[in-house]
Amino acid sequence: MKKIKENEINEEITGEEVSSEEHSKRKPVVPGEVIASGEDYLPGDGAKREGNDIIATRFGLAEESGRVIKVIAITGAFIPRRGNVVLGRVTDITFHGWVVDIGSASEAFLPLEESPRFVSKLEMDQFLAIGDIVAAKIWGVKSKGIDLTLKGKGLGKLEEGFVFRINPNKVPRVIGKEGSMINLIKDNTSSNITVGQNGWIWIHADSIENEIKARNAIEFVAEKVHVEGLTEKMEKWFQEHK
Amino acid sequence: MAKEYKRTDGRKPTELRKITAKVGVIPNADGSAMFAFGDTVAIAAVYGPRLLHPKHMEDPTKCVLRVNYDLLPFSVHDRKKPGPSRRSQEISKVTEWALAPVVDLKSFPNTVIDVQIYIIQADAGTRTAGINAASMALAHAGIPMKNLVSSVAVGKLDKTLVVDLTKEEEDFEEGEGATDCAIARIANTDELTLLQFDGKVQPEVVSELINLSDDACKEIYEAQKKALKEVLK
Repeated sequence: MKKIKENEINEEITGEEVSSEEHSKRKPVVPGEVIASGEDYLPGDGAKREGNDIIATRFGLAEESGRVIKVIAITGAFIPRRGNVVLGRVTDITFHGWVVDIGSASEAFLPLEESPRFVSKLEMDQFLAIGDIVAAKIWGVKSKGIDLTLKGKGLGKLEEGFVFRINPNKVPRVIGKEGSMINLIKDNTSSNITVGQNGWIWIHADSIENEIKARNAIEFVAEKVHVEGLTEKMEKWFQEHK
Repeated sequence: MAKEYKRTDGRKPTELRKITAKVGVIPNADGSAMFAFGDTVAIAAVYGPRLLHPKHMEDPTKCVLRVNYDLLPFSVHDRKKPGPSRRSQEISKVTEWALAPVVDLKSFPNTVIDVQIYIIQADAGTRTAGINAASMALAHAGIPMKNLVSSVAVGKLDKTLVVDLTKEEEDFEEGEGATDCAIARIANTDELTLLQFDGKVQPEVVSELINLSDDACKEIYEAQKKALKEVLK
């Protein structure tokens, strides 16, 4: 379980909405603001149609991609979606599985059947104990809770290293286009990093110096979310922080 | 025509005090904002949607909006005893009612959105400043909303209609005295979400007072919008 293929996790994550470098077509909007008028447009995430207008339903950056207009959230709490890879901490062991805190509005549950190998009901705490950090995938979001699975590449218990949190809305930027940013950080600090969509990040490297360097690098990226050409800036940052 | 009342701070009857609005004042919160009418300063922090405790308060059909408004002890001249009071409970409740119609509560069943409003300096119009701050903080927290809510106090000093009363004006006692009316409206619409009256008023003046809040709310809305967009720069 120890050697996790982080790259594969990140590939799955990057399949989600990743901020593109292009800023020209983005504009800040507040809820209730008219983004565009006309029959040509379709409302996407965070937008709705009201008569002839496309109206923002949340605060963020409005982006036109083709005919669809969506609003990209840049602040706020983590909203779980099906398919998200998240990191969480085991808070309880029940008869049927594990209760995991993933920092969202409802509790997440990892059923026993969703573990990648057979786990005896009598020895559940040997597979995952209370307090363990786990990388899991959301396979269902219901009103009464979130269901997790460990079946999938790169999912499972995370040992050694440490976990810290960033704003979940900044995760796409930390990963970068097709994982460019996170791979840059990994290569420069020779560390293993797993980024959950909930903003929890796990870092493990051969030395504590590299782990701290990786964390500083990620926090630097998270701070500069709206800057263009961040990957180049990051390369420079690494040269300065040898 | 009765003689015009001259405002002590030299404002025109329909002039608001200086508006200061800032978003993101509380880094720990999911969304936060500060809103000030002159010397009245309100801060609001929004947490959530998150797990609701106690569990029996959960609503499986929608999210619970829980608002807490309070004055800080040092916000007024005589120290305000900390803790909930009859007044603060009432204002918390009306603020909740003023905000709930714009928030998309159906999207997050069994959860709670906590809104904390604190008045760090009070000079009348605290509930309206609180609503303005909370509305911005909710938007900042990325919560789906229909629109922003803008709120203002309008009133009457003897026979003169004025907006945004100060504490000094609220205590005005000549003639008919002061009338204070807190109004919140959904931005760019005629829908009111809060209407509270205090003082004497003629029935025919009521609609005039409400109309007076229209322009004031537009000005407040622009300030809120500007402050929100500032965070994205």
